[in-house]
Amino acid sequence: MTTIDHPDIAAPAVTSGPEQTHLRAGFIPLVDASVLIAAAELGFAAREGLTLDLVRDVSWANIRDRLAFRQFDLAHMLSPMPIAAMLELGSNPSPTIAPFVLGRGGNAITLSVRLFEAMQAMTGLADDASALDCAKALATVIAGRKQSGMPPLTLGMTYPYSSHNYELRYWLAAGGVDPDRDVRLRVVPPPMTSDALAAGAIDGFCVGAPWNMVASEKGVGRIVATKQDIWASSPEKVIGLRPDWAERNRDSVSRLIVALNASARWCDDPANHEALADLLAQEANLGAPVEIIRHVLAGQFALDAKGNRRVVPNYFVFHGAEANCPSSTQALWVYSQMVRWGQVAYSPEAAATAASAFRADLYASALGLRESPCEEAVADPFIDGRSFDPAELEAYVRSFGSPNQGATA
Amino acid sequence: MSHFDLAILVIDENAVRAAIIEDGLREAGHSHVTVVHTVNGIARVIEATRPDVIIIDIENPNRDMMEHLFQLTRSVSRPIAMFVDRSDSASIEAAVEAGVSAYIVDGLKKERVKPILDMAVIRFNAFSRLQRELEEAKSALEDRKVIERAKGILMKLRNLSEEEAYALMRQTAMNEKKKMADIAQSVVTAAGLLM
Repeated sequence: MTTIDHPDIAAPAVTSGPEQTHLRAGFIPLVDASVLIAAAELGFAAREGLTLDLVRDVSWANIRDRLAFRQFDLAHMLSPMPIAAMLELGSNPSPTIAPFVLGRGGNAITLSVRLFEAMQAMTGLADDASALDCAKALATVIAGRKQSGMPPLTLGMTYPYSSHNYELRYWLAAGGVDPDRDVRLRVVPPPMTSDALAAGAIDGFCVGAPWNMVASEKGVGRIVATKQDIWASSPEKVIGLRPDWAERNRDSVSRLIVALNASARWCDDPANHEALADLLAQEANLGAPVEIIRHVLAGQFALDAKGNRRVVPNYFVFHGAEANCPSSTQALWVYSQMVRWGQVAYSPEAAATAASAFRADLYASALGLRESPCEEAVADPFIDGRSFDPAELEAYVRSFGSPNQGATA
Repeated sequence: MSHFDLAILVIDENAVRAAIIEDGLREAGHSHVTVVHTVNGIARVIEATRPDVIIIDIENPNRDMMEHLFQLTRSVSRPIAMFVDRSDSASIEAAVEAGVSAYIVDGLKKERVKPILDMAVIRFNAFSRLQRELEEAKSALEDRKVIERAKGILMKLRNLSEEEAYALMRQTAMNEKKKMADIAQSVVTAAGLLM
């Protein structure tokens, strides 16, 4: 109870009232929302005294706006979104921080069966060719199309500030394809990718699970690369918060991180995958076939409908290998790709702003860790053999050359 | 330039709702209104109409495509998402509830755009109400049909008059605390299984 020592002195206009424990969380129906969904529905949040109301949404633009306009307290976001928001990119930038990564993995690149067959015919590409060989074969086909005056191929991705955009571009460039000049990139909402591919509206796409698997099992697409092939340390989705809200609700933020951490550990355990698949398959969550979700969680890929399969170990990492820690190395790598493709100019100040979106400090303090455990854990190799050292950020950015004139996607 | 000179683009896959909005805008005196029902070829439409305000249904997943488009084209200079006044949480709430989202060219005065968005919100709500009423009317019709069929079955199987058959179903519905249409549906289903 508060006592008023000096009744003649007016109380401050803004008091720090009790913290909010009933939280509204926006999410997009994707397998990488697992940790958030399980936290809300399996009691991990309740154990920390929090109630999480999940609100399913249809677009990242809605997620961004509804977080900014206080309709959501937290949101399932693409990892580049808080970074773009801090850099004031896009049509409604509003400060956003990420104190927790929902995991790694889940993305893949799928090409139309027809395009893949053309790649095989032209280059003798094997059925089990590596992701890099597939990119090189695609470059050969694209060069051939250009010579015979055919229109450029169209590839789909999910959002201008998405891991999918940067991963697709990284893969293309690694194979010798210029993503701005040699192909057309356009945004296709993930649930529409497989139909768009079947209809010939696009020739390939990079999206998250389960949509690659949906296209390959339908026989319309051929999976040619996974996120692991490109950079396994890359963060996928994160939890986004408004920094002013996080400041006013420090205790709730800590509890949220503890709850998400416990949920992530549970999701990571293969023994729980059957239960997780059932939970995700529910109409209110993903509303996708439970068998496909099971395959996705197990990393069992039907590469095509002909029976070519591949098992990707750790296709989803929900918790292990410090996957939940928002590392500034990851944020800076995303920033480097934004610079590489002309979305933002390089400056040391902008780099610091980008890094400030990922709050390893909040993560570490909530979990009682004295030091941030992130930085050691993001040293996986890249598909093109490069390595990324945040201390050499400027040299790394310059090594890609200057961004294409006028290319801003 | 009065706010009636603003070029307005409405993107709505629902043709009826789009027509309701277009009507509202024209009634309010706007003459530069373009309505499209699909985002296919939207880049060309934007290029040609150079809209000051774009209104798009919030449930349309193609909002993400629009975000990408704004990066690629220079014809909409720095569009601002959704709401004119971020401090007005009531109007934000109202717009989201109604399902309206909008992009506004940076620099437009909010007094010029607010009436347009308010109108869109009112019309979106009017459309939802219309749709709800239509659905209620439709389901009332369905109810009446199934009750008629059940009545016929009861009359035939139990040799009841029309009034008796109706009274029996009403009494059963009251006893079981169910809707009469549900009881009627059970009768029809059971009859289908038994006969």
